[in-house]
Amino acid sequence: MLEVVGLSKSYRSGAKVTHAIERLDFAVEEHEFVGIVGPSGAGKTTLLKCIAGLLEPTSGQTLLRGAVVTAPPPELAVVFQDYSRSLFPWLTVRRNVELPLRHKGVADKGAAASEALAAVGLAGFESHYPWQLSGGMQQRVAIARALAYQPKVLLMDEPFASVDAQTRAELEDLVLRVREQFGVTIVLVTHDIDEAVYMSDRVVVLSRPPSTVREILPVELPLPRDQIETKALPAFASLRARVYEEIMQGQAKAPAA
Amino acid sequence: MSRVRWLGVEVGATALIVALLWLWADGNESYAVAPLSDVLSSFRETWLFAHVGSDVVPSLVRMGLGYAIAIVAGVAIGFALGLSPVLAAVAAPVVSFLRAIPAAALLPPAIILFGIGGGTKVAVIAFVCLWPIVLNTSDGVRELDSTMLATARVYGIRGLERLRMVMLPAVAPRIFAGMRTSLAIAILLLVTSEMVASTDGIGYFVFQAQQQFAVDDMWAGVLLLGLLGFGLNMAFGAVERRVLRWHVRDGAD
Repeated sequence: MLEVVGLSKSYRSGAKVTHAIERLDFAVEEHEFVGIVGPSGAGKTTLLKCIAGLLEPTSGQTLLRGAVVTAPPPELAVVFQDYSRSLFPWLTVRRNVELPLRHKGVADKGAAASEALAAVGLAGFESHYPWQLSGGMQQRVAIARALAYQPKVLLMDEPFASVDAQTRAELEDLVLRVREQFGVTIVLVTHDIDEAVYMSDRVVVLSRPPSTVREILPVELPLPRDQIETKALPAFASLRARVYEEIMQGQAKAPAA
Repeated sequence: MSRVRWLGVEVGATALIVALLWLWADGNESYAVAPLSDVLSSFRETWLFAHVGSDVVPSLVRMGLGYAIAIVAGVAIGFALGLSPVLAAVAAPVVSFLRAIPAAALLPPAIILFGIGGGTKVAVIAFVCLWPIVLNTSDGVRELDSTMLATARVYGIRGLERLRMVMLPAVAPRIFAGMRTSLAIAILLLVTSEMVASTDGIGYFVFQAQQQFAVDDMWAGVLLLGLLGFGLNMAFGAVERRVLRWHVRDGAD
C-alpha cells in the first residue's frame, strides 16, 4: 500500500546542513495501523510531510500503491496536530467537511459529510463554527473531514497532543473504531509510547536525528483494544518497555553535546 | 453596567454638550460664531433636501467610486506583492515613496492632468486610499498560516478556489483594517479636493459659504460632514461585524 524507500531529508541554513531523517525504509500494508515513535527532535513530522507529498525529500521516495508521491495524492488525507489552524474558522462544521469534496468526485457531498460527522459523534453540530466547539470536538471535525474525503491512507501528526488526557483516550478509541468502519490504512506519528503501542499493529521506532529506523515491532495485542484491559496486559507492559528501551538506546547512540 | 445604561449615559452626555454649546453660541458676539438655532435652520433649508441632489450626491458618488477602486486594486496589488517576494522587493521603494507623498500635494498635479472634473477627485481619492489596503493585504498574505496552507494542499484546494475559499477569508481581517484607515482618508480627501477643484459637492459648498461670509451655511455644512463621517463609520462597523463575525468573536460583548 505505502512504501518508504531510502527516504532522506536534510535542511540547509547557510553553510550548516541538518540531517533530519536518513535512509528510512519501511512499508505499510493495506488496512494496517502503523505508529511511528521516536525521541523528541527525531524527524517525525518531517517524515510525515515527506510521505504526504508536502515536503520534497532530499533523496529516496514514497510509493503509494506503486506510484511515486510528488504532491499530496487524492487517496491521502492528513490530520494535523493543531486543529485550530487546520480548520477554517469562517466555515461551519459542515462546510469545513464538505469543502475538500468539491473536486473529489464524491457523488453526494452532503451524505458523505453527514456520515463522517455521525461517525465521530458530531451529528447535530453541523451548523456550528469550529471556534464554538471544545478542542476535542474540533479535532473530531478534522477527523470527520479526513474520513469524508474517503482516503486510502490517513496520516495523523500528533493528533491528540493538544487535548486533555481523558479526551485523548476517547479520541484514540474513536480513531480505532472509524478505522474499521471506513477501512482506512493509518500512519500515526506520536511521541507517546503508550499511545503508539495501544493503537498500532506495528510500531516503527526512530532514532535521534539524523533519524534512522531502529526497530519495527509487531504489536500482537488482542482486538478490539480497550483502554483498561489492553493496558493491563503483561504483553502491553513488555512492549512498552521494549519501545522505551529502543528509544533510550537510540538516544544514547550519539554522545551528548 | 448594562448596555441600556451605557446608551443612556451616551445620549445624556450628548444632550448636555449640545445644550452648553447652544447657550455659549447664543451669547457669543463674534461674527464667526452663529447661534445654533440659525445653524440648524440653515441645515434644514440646505440639506433637507434642497442641496442633496446638487451637492451631497455628487460628493458621495465621487467618494464611493474612489474608495471602491482603491479596494479592488488594493486587494489585487496586495495579493500580488504578498505572494511574490521578488515583486515585493522590486515594488518596496516605489510603494514607500508614493505612500509618503502628502495626499493634498497630489491635487495640483492631478488638476493639471485631469482638469477639475469628477475624474480628478475620484483619481486622487482612489490613489490615496490604495496604500493602506495594499500594505495590510500584502502583510496578511505573507502571514498566512503554514498549517492552513498545508491543509488546503492536502485536500486539493487550489487555484481560484483556494484564493476564494481559503486565502481571501483568512486575509479579510487585515483587508478590513486597511479599509477602515482608508475610509477616514477618503472623507478627508473628498472635502479637500472639492474645496480646491470643484463646482459642486459638500466641500465646495462649505468653502463657498465661507467666501461669502454665510456663517450659518458654513457651519451647517461642517455639521453635515461630521454626521456623514459618523454615519459612514457606523455603516462600516456593521458590515465588518457581519463579514468577520467568525473573527470578531473574542472582542465582541
